[in-house]
Amino acid sequence: MPYLIESSILAGHIPTLKGDGFYRQTPANAKNYLMKVIGIETSCDETGIALYDSVSGAMFQRLHSQIKLHAPFGGVVPELASRNHIQRTLPLLDELLSEAGGGKGQIDGIAYTAGPGLIGALLAGAAIARSLAWALNRPAIGIHHMEGHLLAPLLAAGDKPEFPFIALLASGGHTQLIQADRHGCYQMLGQTVDDAAGEAFDKIAKMLGLGYPGGPEVSRLAETGQPGRFKFPRPMVNRKGLDFSFSGLKTFVRNTIASQTEKAQTLDRQTIADICLEFETAVVDSLTIKCRRALRQCNTPRLVIAGGVSANRRLRQKLTEMALQEGGAAYFPPPDLCTDNGAMIAYAGYLRLASGARQGNEISARARWPLTELRPPRQPETEHL
Amino acid sequence: MKLLGIETASDACSAALMLGGETLQRFEIAPRRHADLILPMVDQLLAEAGISASTLDAIAFGRGPGAFTGVRLAAGVTQGIAYGLDLPVVPVSSLATLAQGVDADQVWAGFDARLGEVYWGAYRRSSAGLMEAVIDEVVCAPEAISDGGLTEATGIGHAWLTYEQPLRQKLGSRITRILPDQLPRAADLLRLAEALVAGGELVTAAEAQPIYLRTPSWR
Repeated sequence: MPYLIESSILAGHIPTLKGDGFYRQTPANAKNYLMKVIGIETSCDETGIALYDSVSGAMFQRLHSQIKLHAPFGGVVPELASRNHIQRTLPLLDELLSEAGGGKGQIDGIAYTAGPGLIGALLAGAAIARSLAWALNRPAIGIHHMEGHLLAPLLAAGDKPEFPFIALLASGGHTQLIQADRHGCYQMLGQTVDDAAGEAFDKIAKMLGLGYPGGPEVSRLAETGQPGRFKFPRPMVNRKGLDFSFSGLKTFVRNTIASQTEKAQTLDRQTIADICLEFETAVVDSLTIKCRRALRQCNTPRLVIAGGVSANRRLRQKLTEMALQEGGAAYFPPPDLCTDNGAMIAYAGYLRLASGARQGNEISARARWPLTELRPPRQPETEHL
Repeated sequence: MKLLGIETASDACSAALMLGGETLQRFEIAPRRHADLILPMVDQLLAEAGISASTLDAIAFGRGPGAFTGVRLAAGVTQGIAYGLDLPVVPVSSLATLAQGVDADQVWAGFDARLGEVYWGAYRRSSAGLMEAVIDEVVCAPEAISDGGLTEATGIGHAWLTYEQPLRQKLGSRITRILPDQLPRAADLLRLAEALVAGGELVTAAEAQPIYLRTPSWR
């Protein structure tokens, strides 16, 4: 059965992006402008819909996960994903609006994920979102999926990061280190040369027979692992630069599993847990070393971590410690906004729409879209902003 | 009655607007550019007619079969517009629309479905001048198509380009002519939609779903 996250009120007031004068606005002057922005995310295997009320700071959201749909195939089947999005998006939006109260008339703008991602999946959400905005005569904007992730920590209840910051974006599809100078101004510092971090987790899970997607299960089993029994390499740490690689580690784990199964026909539970622990530690160490290097290289004390892997407990702990050692701080999204969701798109869309960015009547979807191609939203034209 | 129609199941992208007896249309053969073109087309049609979208009575779309992405685009655009304006939706077969556009009374219509198959249907024109399916639309190998009991008919659609030989073998001299380059057009879709509206065959915005006929393959 699919699961639905109950709608949640996430944050208090509008997060202000200090260090970037555009958005220093109060609820009072925002009232004349975009108050409620819908976010629609369909780039992969989650249908995420959200409504962000910039005046109250309330975020309503609905999420439909397709994990069960793709599980029998051991990976996301793009056409199945697209078919599911075109069925789920509108009913979820309708539910969301009923719950938020006020119907579709309250919508002031619509944001949708325009890429990167699975092209058919993106198009399903984009077609509905852009056309709905057209029908309602409201502005629309196509949002970069990774910008959504990158800004999600601004929706956290506690401290929010200020620009400039370094961002580690780690998920099943991406592992990137970004320097975010200000909203819309991003430089790529490094990225994975092979597997994404989350992808490595899922592949290890598959090798250990833990089902799909097994990344979270690897982390769960690692909790009961004994440290020190295995020693895996920390990939790329002796290499200059800020790129990542996880396929060598993956091969090392495969060989370890093979030599263990030579000794015993099946791996006992403790051995599996020990392998999971050492694997997770190796990934976390590798990510931590690179993040430390990035903070020093850019002389920036703030580290933002986003994407599905940012839900990993050990990673959060290590990066928080490291950032403190470097005299800075680490910032994470609220737990339910680590993985793909509509809330981050609604928020990123709100920021761009509120500063005057507008899109024409084209329905935008790009499978590939480098984050570095983004530009800051244009200067606001009204004195309110 | 004011009807808006959208058809993007093939390489052609088209939209049409029916206002009483008059129909305006935009039509462009534009592979992979449908997403850029379709809403501006709709926008231009309304501007040309000088009417507001809120005065529409219903929206019709080509629900397939056809290219998955194209059919889904039409469904998505239809969902967004219908939901936003509280309009009922009329799903129309893209193969029937293709058939409607040819000057013939009996038609074998087929799209190339790739993977060695065709989307296939057989149609006969009614006394009202509208194409009616005589068999259920299917996806199958060209060797396995049904003639739908038509004694003779016009072959239409790009299935006739890719699979002319096997189709000829199957239907032989009963083929009166072949029009392989014909593509479905939104104005023809609206002719069929008008009758469906009169017959009460309307669905809600969320029910504006594609008909794929084929289950997806892994990857």
